[in-house]
Amino acid sequence: MPASEPVRDALTQTLAHQVLGRLADQPGPYFGEFGGRFVPEALVAALDELDTEYRKALGDPSFRDELARLNREYTGRPSPLTEVPRFAENVGGAPGAVRVLLKREDLNHTGSHKINNVLGQALLVKRMGKTRVIAETGAGQHGVATATAAALLGLECVVYMGEEDTRRQALNVARMRLLGAEVVPVTIGTRTLKDAINEALRDWVANVETTHYLLGTVTGPHPFPEMVREFHRIIGEEAREQVLERVGRLPDVVAACVGGGSNALGIFNAFLDDEGVRLYGFEAGGEGVETGRHAARFSGGAPGVLHGARSYLLQDADGQTLPSHSVSAGLDYPSVGPAHSWLHDLGRATYEPVTDQEAMEAFRLLCRTEGIIPAIESAHALAGALRVGRAAVAAGRTDQVILVNLSGRGDKDVATAARWFDLLDDVGGDEAVVETVTSEEGNL
Amino acid sequence: MSAPATVSPTAARLAELRSAGRAALVGYLPVGFPDVARSTEAALAMVDAGVDVVEVGVPYTDPVMDGPVIQRAAEAALAAGTRVRDVLGLVEAVAEHSGGRVPALVMSYWNPVLRYGVDALARDLAAAGGAGLITPDLIPDEAREWIAASDAHGLDRVFLVAPSSTTERLRLTARASRGFVYAASTMGVTGARATVGDRAEQLVADTRAAGAENVCVGLGVSTGAQAAEVGRYADGVIVGSALVRTLLDDAPWTARLDALARLTGELADGVRGARTTTTRTTTRSTTMEAAS
Repeated sequence: MPASEPVRDALTQTLAHQVLGRLADQPGPYFGEFGGRFVPEALVAALDELDTEYRKALGDPSFRDELARLNREYTGRPSPLTEVPRFAENVGGAPGAVRVLLKREDLNHTGSHKINNVLGQALLVKRMGKTRVIAETGAGQHGVATATAAALLGLECVVYMGEEDTRRQALNVARMRLLGAEVVPVTIGTRTLKDAINEALRDWVANVETTHYLLGTVTGPHPFPEMVREFHRIIGEEAREQVLERVGRLPDVVAACVGGGSNALGIFNAFLDDEGVRLYGFEAGGEGVETGRHAARFSGGAPGVLHGARSYLLQDADGQTLPSHSVSAGLDYPSVGPAHSWLHDLGRATYEPVTDQEAMEAFRLLCRTEGIIPAIESAHALAGALRVGRAAVAAGRTDQVILVNLSGRGDKDVATAARWFDLLDDVGGDEAVVETVTSEEGNL
Repeated sequence: MSAPATVSPTAARLAELRSAGRAALVGYLPVGFPDVARSTEAALAMVDAGVDVVEVGVPYTDPVMDGPVIQRAAEAALAAGTRVRDVLGLVEAVAEHSGGRVPALVMSYWNPVLRYGVDALARDLAAAGGAGLITPDLIPDEAREWIAASDAHGLDRVFLVAPSSTTERLRLTARASRGFVYAASTMGVTGARATVGDRAEQLVADTRAAGAENVCVGLGVSTGAQAAEVGRYADGVIVGSALVRTLLDDAPWTARLDALARLTGELADGVRGARTTTTRTTTRSTTMEAAS
């Protein structure tokens, strides 16, 4: 079968890498037994074109220079590293026994790590001569970043967003519209991120000749999982240097939240081949894994295929996708990037659920101890860091350094937090929040 | 693929129709809509009204190749508690009802098959008298396990090609398929369209040139005139959304069955008339509601 040789070559490379190579450079399409390309044939030509263009671009100094310039001058990279001692006191133990350092992706332009990938892909779109980008979004962060890059580079932009999420994140709907993007609320299925991806895929199949699907995380068919990791690896590379400079050694633990898993893979990647560094991914435990209302793919799912890749997946006995639940729209997804499934099965990274309750407590704690309002997604990583720190103290360890990827800022979550903590009871309560948010959307 | 010389029931049926001078009518319905019993009744009504091959869909939560009509039916079928195994009963009913004359293919997205077990489903489908599987989101590159299982159990494997497929991929897909190759007439999802894509005829020719023995065309066909047009050049005409739509109506069930039978009859007349009359000029002017 000569036509399948590219796939076999890639597989051979993959196997060679597992024996000889660095985990950080693992190429697609397969991450162990995960990944691949489970897509309609209609998309294969576009995926091949994307793969070719992406590989050419990586080897092209002018592409790399342009991306580096945008990262510096537009995004504001490198993002700072902030130590948060008042937050860290809450793990207990002797003062300074556990140090917590935040990688401040929340300070990027558009407010999260998402811009790193979006700028890389948007430059590829220009190289491919396409004029239209489509994207899915859950919390709205990726949609905002995509709308931003589309405005910057003069591309038409359509963002698919589950109707449930447009309500939870109405301010981001307004942001995207301000930036000139069309936002399409998706009203079928569970009306969340998964269904937004379905709609984006349907649009892509029909318009693939002019349109690039600017996928926002390390999931999807090859080359997305590898390519999106490449555009986010800068997070870990900067953080590794910054921690070495600040602390004089590598961290003991790196923690990140995992929805699709792009911010986690971005920060993990630089440490994958540092054996002494423990990597923790925190999934949305929702109302608790035992309630069935969660997005904990590793503790509550099993390998399966969704949206083009084989990975851990929330599914029933018939392989039907189960709805996920989380207070944070960005983690509310039933599958996870295939590289995470690979790292999970290799035992290189540990994945644990964090409940809504734990995440919101950590959210408030960071606000009050450090004056930083995190995204609720990132608050899952903060809660996980507290858990790991407390375990270290309980085990009598001292001099622990925990690096947390603060993947996004919480401006978009203020309405959710106000409801969660009853912050506006005296000024009209829940309705005040809902009205502020929806009336703004309605006026646009 | 050291396939035993499996005789494909679908290919045999298509060859028979070819010598009779016409294309096959392939009719799609999802199992479980509006419930399992009535979906079986509908499939048998379709057989009686003249389909040559039945395609039974497995409802799935994330049908990315399907437009609004089939999405709605699938959602309702799942809400009614339809299970993957229900497809086997329907396939068996078609085989029995038609005395094995009408091949029944199952169309399923890949994850339900993976979860059931690729070999287990192949085994159970073969035991139920099914002809094979159509796999809209499985390309031959990822199909090693399915190719082995379909060989072991003597099942057809229908892969898809699209107007965007390169010559190299047409060859790969033609070689991997058995029964027929499913040519998507247009770039898009399932649903009725005003015209069947202009690229369909060329795609059929290219797919044959790439080695496919049989090529059937799907996506967008909803009328007898369109069936006649496609039937001129393809080995089979696949109709889905238009048939499903007759059942989505609010009318009493018997009225919906009548509508299904009427449309099936119109489509069957279309494929029968395709190569004997010049229907082409009328086809293009037919106005149809485009897929919403």
